[in-house]
Amino acid sequence: MTQVSMTVNGKMVSKDIDPRMLLVDFLREKLTLTGTHTGCETSHCGACTLHVDGRAVKSCTMLAVECDGRDILTVEGVSADGSHPMQKAFTDHHGLQCGYCTSGMIMIGLDIAKRHGTPDRETIRTELKGNICRCTGYQNIVSAIEAGAVATTDAVENEDA
Amino acid sequence: MSAEKLNKSAKSIGQFVRRSEDKRMVRGQGRYVADVAAKTEALTMMVLRSVHGFATIKNIDVSQAQVMPGVVAVYIAEDISELKDLPCDWVPPTMTKVPQHPILAKKTVRYAGQPVAIVVAEDRYCAADALELITVDYDVHMPVVHQGEACGNKKAQLHDDILGNIAYRFNRADGDVCAALDSADVVLKRCYYNNRITAAPLEGRAVLSEFDEVSGHLTHHTSSQLPHVHGRALAKCLGFPLHKLRLLSPDVGGGFGAKLGFYAEDVLCAHAAITLGRAVRWAENRSENFAATTHGRDHMQYVELAATKEGKLLGLKVKLVADLGAYAMGMGPGVPAINGGLSLSGPYKIPNADFTVQGVYTNRMPTGPYRGAGHPEASYLLERVMNELATELDMDPRTVRKINFITPDEMPYRIPTGFGLDSGDFAANLDKAAAMAGYDDFADEKKKARAEGRYIGHGMAFYTEMSGAAPTLGMFAAGFDRSGHESGRVMMHPDGKVTVYSGSHSQGQGHQTSFAQIAADALQIPFEDVEVVQGDTGAVPFGTGTYNSRSMAVGGTAIHLASRKIVKKATQIAAHKLERRVEDVEYADGVFSIKPGSGLKRAMGEKVIQVKAGLRRKIFKKMVRIDLPELNRPENMTEISFAEVAREAYIGHDLPFKMPHALDETVFFDPKGMPTAFGTHISVVEIDIETGQVKLLRHLALDDCGNIINPKLAEGQIHGGLAQGIGQALMEQVVYDEAGDLNTGGFDSYAMPRASDFPELETEFTVTPTKFNPLGVRGVGESGTIGAPPAVVNAVLDALSEFDIQNIDMPMTPSKVWAAVHDARGDS
Amino acid sequence: MHSFEYHTPKTLKAAAKLAASLGRPAFLAGGQTLLPEMKGRRAAPSDLVTLSGLLSKKIKMSGDTLLIGAGATHAEIAEDPLVTKHLPALADLASQVGDPQVRHRGTLGGSLAANVPAGDYQAACWALDAEIHTVTRVISTRDFFTGAGTTALEKGEIVTAVTFRTTNKAYFTKILDPAARSPLVGVFVALLEDGPRIAVSGARSTGAYRHEAAEAALTQDFSVTAVEDIKTPEGEMMSTLYADERYRAHLVNILIRRAVGGC
Repeated sequence: MTQVSMTVNGKMVSKDIDPRMLLVDFLREKLTLTGTHTGCETSHCGACTLHVDGRAVKSCTMLAVECDGRDILTVEGVSADGSHPMQKAFTDHHGLQCGYCTSGMIMIGLDIAKRHGTPDRETIRTELKGNICRCTGYQNIVSAIEAGAVATTDAVENEDA
Repeated sequence: MSAEKLNKSAKSIGQFVRRSEDKRMVRGQGRYVADVAAKTEALTMMVLRSVHGFATIKNIDVSQAQVMPGVVAVYIAEDISELKDLPCDWVPPTMTKVPQHPILAKKTVRYAGQPVAIVVAEDRYCAADALELITVDYDVHMPVVHQGEACGNKKAQLHDDILGNIAYRFNRADGDVCAALDSADVVLKRCYYNNRITAAPLEGRAVLSEFDEVSGHLTHHTSSQLPHVHGRALAKCLGFPLHKLRLLSPDVGGGFGAKLGFYAEDVLCAHAAITLGRAVRWAENRSENFAATTHGRDHMQYVELAATKEGKLLGLKVKLVADLGAYAMGMGPGVPAINGGLSLSGPYKIPNADFTVQGVYTNRMPTGPYRGAGHPEASYLLERVMNELATELDMDPRTVRKINFITPDEMPYRIPTGFGLDSGDFAANLDKAAAMAGYDDFADEKKKARAEGRYIGHGMAFYTEMSGAAPTLGMFAAGFDRSGHESGRVMMHPDGKVTVYSGSHSQGQGHQTSFAQIAADALQIPFEDVEVVQGDTGAVPFGTGTYNSRSMAVGGTAIHLASRKIVKKATQIAAHKLERRVEDVEYADGVFSIKPGSGLKRAMGEKVIQVKAGLRRKIFKKMVRIDLPELNRPENMTEISFAEVAREAYIGHDLPFKMPHALDETVFFDPKGMPTAFGTHISVVEIDIETGQVKLLRHLALDDCGNIINPKLAEGQIHGGLAQGIGQALMEQVVYDEAGDLNTGGFDSYAMPRASDFPELETEFTVTPTKFNPLGVRGVGESGTIGAPPAVVNAVLDALSEFDIQNIDMPMTPSKVWAAVHDARGDS
Repeated sequence: MHSFEYHTPKTLKAAAKLAASLGRPAFLAGGQTLLPEMKGRRAAPSDLVTLSGLLSKKIKMSGDTLLIGAGATHAEIAEDPLVTKHLPALADLASQVGDPQVRHRGTLGGSLAANVPAGDYQAACWALDAEIHTVTRVISTRDFFTGAGTTALEKGEIVTAVTFRTTNKAYFTKILDPAARSPLVGVFVALLEDGPRIAVSGARSTGAYRHEAAEAALTQDFSVTAVEDIKTPEGEMMSTLYADERYRAHLVNILIRRAVGGC
C-alpha cells in the first residue's frame, strides 16, 4: 500500500492505495467521482480524459500514485451546477446521446479552448483524435466544442476585463 | 395524422427541446451500471475465457485460484449445473433445432472468448491475479472460421446434432425467377461480402447483482436494451420468481443491438450474489467486448439479377449465407432470415424473386442484431447490383432506380416475400436528394478533377427499412419468443404532474425527453411537468424494448394513446364538476372550461346526479348521523384546472357515479403493421491513388421517418448511423485468423471512426406520416447504417471507374483500394 | 496489471542506483507506452521507479546542435520556440505523436527507451545523427536501437537528453494505421551539411533505418524526380493487419517522394 495525496476539484484528499490503482479507478472508487469513465484498456478511447495540472490527460494511463501532489480537475469540478459554458454548449447543440464519452469530450473541449482559443471545426476534429464517440457521429460534438470554446473564451475575457 | 395536424396543437412536438438527460450527463452524474457498482460494497467477478476457437476441455484446475487470499469463490460448469442454458430469442421458421448454449462451457469451447470459469474476489486486482492461476487443459481442434467452409461440412461439425453446421435454410419465392433469368436481356451474377463488424458501444456490458436473503429479493442492474425480456430470461436461467426480481438498467452507454442478447455474465453474477450472500459486480473490458459481445453482419451474398435492356427488373435471385457464429444466441438467427431475407427487394417492383437465407455455425463469436440488423445487408447488395446494372446498360443510376420504384399510388404494396410497404414517394425523395447534392453536375466535376490528376467519385443508394417491429402476431409468426407491442403507462399525480412509464429503453436516443414531449403535448401540460421512467422492471410492469427503430412508433404511440385516455377521463370529471355535459366542456393547456355559447342551463343528467347526491347525503346522515361536507362547487364555476381534476380523481369526494378512481392509464399498443422508413444517400469521395486512402468529401442523407418529434434528436440519430455505416464501408472489420484467434481485440486493432474521418454531414428529411400509428412516425435510428455503406462503396468504385474494378469488398481500407488499382493497372 | 513496488527517488542518480539493484525494474516517465503494456499484462516489472520531476525538460541550442531534455513532453517539444526555429520538422513530428492527451504526458526519453516499432522519433534520430545522452554515457543512434522494443540501455541506465543536428531543410510525414492511428510507415528526410538523410520507421520489424538507395539518389540530385522510381524490397518489410509487405514497401516509396517534396 502507498499513501497518495492530491487535490481533486479543489479539495485535498489523502488515501492509502495499491500502487496498481489507476487514477480513473481512484477517482471512481475511492472518491465516488464516477463521472469519469473507462471505455478501453489500450488508451485510445479518451472517455477517461480529465485535467492534471491544467492539461488534458487520459486518467486510465496514469497511476494514482503518479498524481501525488498534483491538481486534478474532473467533470464534476467544472462547475457546481452544470452551468459552465462548455457544459451548456453540449446541451444546446445536442452534443451527447448516451453520454458515456461526454465527460471526456467536455474535458478535452476545455483543453482545446485553452490551447486554441476559438478554433475552427477542422481543427477541433483533428484535436479529437484521442476521443472516440460511437453515438453522435461527432458532428454535434464539434458544434458543441466550437460554441463552448467561444463562450468560454468570452467568459474568460470578461473576467479579465 | 398529418404533420400539420400533429403540430397544430403541439407546443413541444416538432421542437428541439433540450434533453432532460443532459442535465446529469454533462455534470458526470450519469448512472451507468458501473457507476452504481462503484458506490456499492460488492465483490468483483471476472471471467476466464477460452483461448481457442474449437477445443475439448480435458481438465480445469482451479485449486490454486481458490486458495488465493481475497478470492471468495471460483465456479466452473459443474458448479452451476442447476442453472439453465442461455436462450435463443428468435428461432426463424425452418430452424428446427437450437443447439445447447451453456452458461459456462461444459465439454467443448466453440469460440475464442467463450466463458469457461469465473472468479469472485474482494477486488479487481485479486480477481485478475486469480484468473491467471486457473489452468485449463484443452484438446485443440481445427476451427472452422468461414461460413463457406462450414456450410455442409460434415467432417468439422460444431454441434453434434446440427448436420453440416446449417442452422436453417429459409426461403421465400414469388413468380418464376428461373424463367426470368433464362429469358432476360441482361443477367448480372455477383458475389458480395457484407463484413463482420461489431457495435463497440463506449460502455461495455456491466452487471451488479444484489440479493436480500431475508426478503428473497434479487436486485439486478445490467446494461440492457430490453429490461423486461432480460428479466424473464434471467428468471428462467436461475429458476427465480419474477415477482421477487427487479431488473434495473439505469443509463445505458450505447447499445446498437449488442445489448439485445442475453449473456452468461448476467446469470453468473446473479447466481454468485444469491449463493455468496454478497453483492457481485462485473464489467467487461474492451477486449472482452470484442471477443464475447455479439458481432454483426457477416454474410456471403450471391446475387443474380435479370433485367430488360431498358433497365426494367425482371427477377432477383439471392442466396445469403449468414454466419451465426458458434451458437444460436439471442436474436441472432432471425436477423438474416427475417430482416434480411424478407426485405431483399427493397423499394423496387420485382415480378419474380427467389430469396434463400442459410444460417451457418462457425467457430466465431455469435452474431446478433447490429444497428440496421439485416436491412443494411439487404440494401447493400441491392444498391450495389442496381448500380452495376446502370453501368452495364450505360444508364444513369438515378434513372435505373426510378423506373423500377414502387410508386405512391401502388402503396400499400405487397413485396414478393409477402411483407408490406405502407406509403412513401420514393422518386420524389430521390429527386430532391439529387437536387440537393447537385447530382447533375457530378459528371463535369469528375471530369474536371481528373484533368487535375485527382480521382473523385459519386455514389448513391436508396433504401427501405421495415421499422417499428410489431405486431405481436407477426413476431410470433417470425419465430420470436416475445411480444410486438409496447407498453406506455401515463400516471397523473394528484397535483397534476405526470410520470410516464415506458417499456421502451433508451441507450442514448433521448426517450426521457422525446416521450415527455409526446405526453406533454397530448396532455397539453408543460414539458417540465412530465417525468419519464424506463429501465426498471419494478416500476414499469411490462416492456418489449428498444430495437428495430420501434420506440417512437410503438412506445411513443402507447404513451400518446394513454395520455389521450387520461384527457378523456379528466374531461368527464371536469364536466361533472362544472355541472355540464361532456360535450359542453373544452380543454386547452391545462384548463377545462365551459365552451362559450353552450348555455347556462344545467343538463338534465347533471340534475339527476345532483338529486342523487342530495339523496346520498340524506341517507348518510340518517345512518351515521354525520353531515357530509358540502361539495366544493363555487357558484358559476366556469373552469377547472387539470391539477384540481387530478386531485378529485384520486381522493374521490365528488366523482361521477361509478367512475373508477385515478388518472392512470396503461396502453399496450400493438400496431397493425410496420411503417417503411426510406431515403436516399449520396456520397462524394476522393481517392489518393498513390496510397489508396479514401477521403469522404461529402455525404448527404435525405431520410423519411414520418413526423418528427424532436428534430435535433432525429438528426443526431442519422449522424450516428452514418458514422457507423461509413465505418463499415471504409474501415471496420472483425478479423479471425485460421487458428480461430481474434486478431481485432481492441481499439488498437479494430478501426473505429474518428471525428477527422468525416466531412460536415448533410442531413435533411422528407416527411410522409404513416397511418400505422397516430403520431405518424417511422423509424429513424438505423437509417444511417442502411443507406451509407452502398452509397460510399458506389462512390469509391465510381472514382476508380477508369480501372474497370468491378468490386472491392468492405471495408475499403487503403491497402485494399491500392491493391485493387495496382492489380488492375498491372503495375509491377 | 501485476503487482509491483513503487519507488520515488529524489534524484536521477539515486534512481539509477536504485534500479540497478532491483530485480526487474522499469522506469516510469510519461507512462504512455509502459502503462498500457502493464495493463495488458505484457510487461510485469517487479518495481516501478518514477522519474517524475527528475528528468530535465531543458531545450537549448549548442552551435548547430539542438539538445532536448529527456523529460520534455511531445507537446512541449512541438511548441518550443527553439525547436520551431531551428528544427521545425521535429516540432511538426512531435505535434503529431499520438493525440493531445498523449502529448501532454509522453516524453522524448520515454519514447526512445521504449523503441516501439511504430514510433515516430526513431526516424528523426536516424536522419539527424541523434546522440542519446544517459546518466553514464553518450550513445549514437546506430548503437542505441538494438531491435524492436530493445535498446542498448543497461539496467538502471536513464536517458537524460537527446541531441539532434539541425536543419531547416527537413520534413516528416507518416501514414496512420486506421485502428490505432499510429504510424504504419513514417519517413524523415533531412538535408544536412554533409548530405541527405532519409530515415524510415514502422517498415522493418527490426526498427527504423536509413534508406541507402534513396540517400544515394538524393546525393546526386536532391529532388523529387531523383526518388521517383525508388524501390524498397518487399522482403524487408513487416506485415501487419492493415499493411502487408507489398503495400508497406510501396508506402515507403511514396512517403519518401512526399517527404522530399515537402522539404
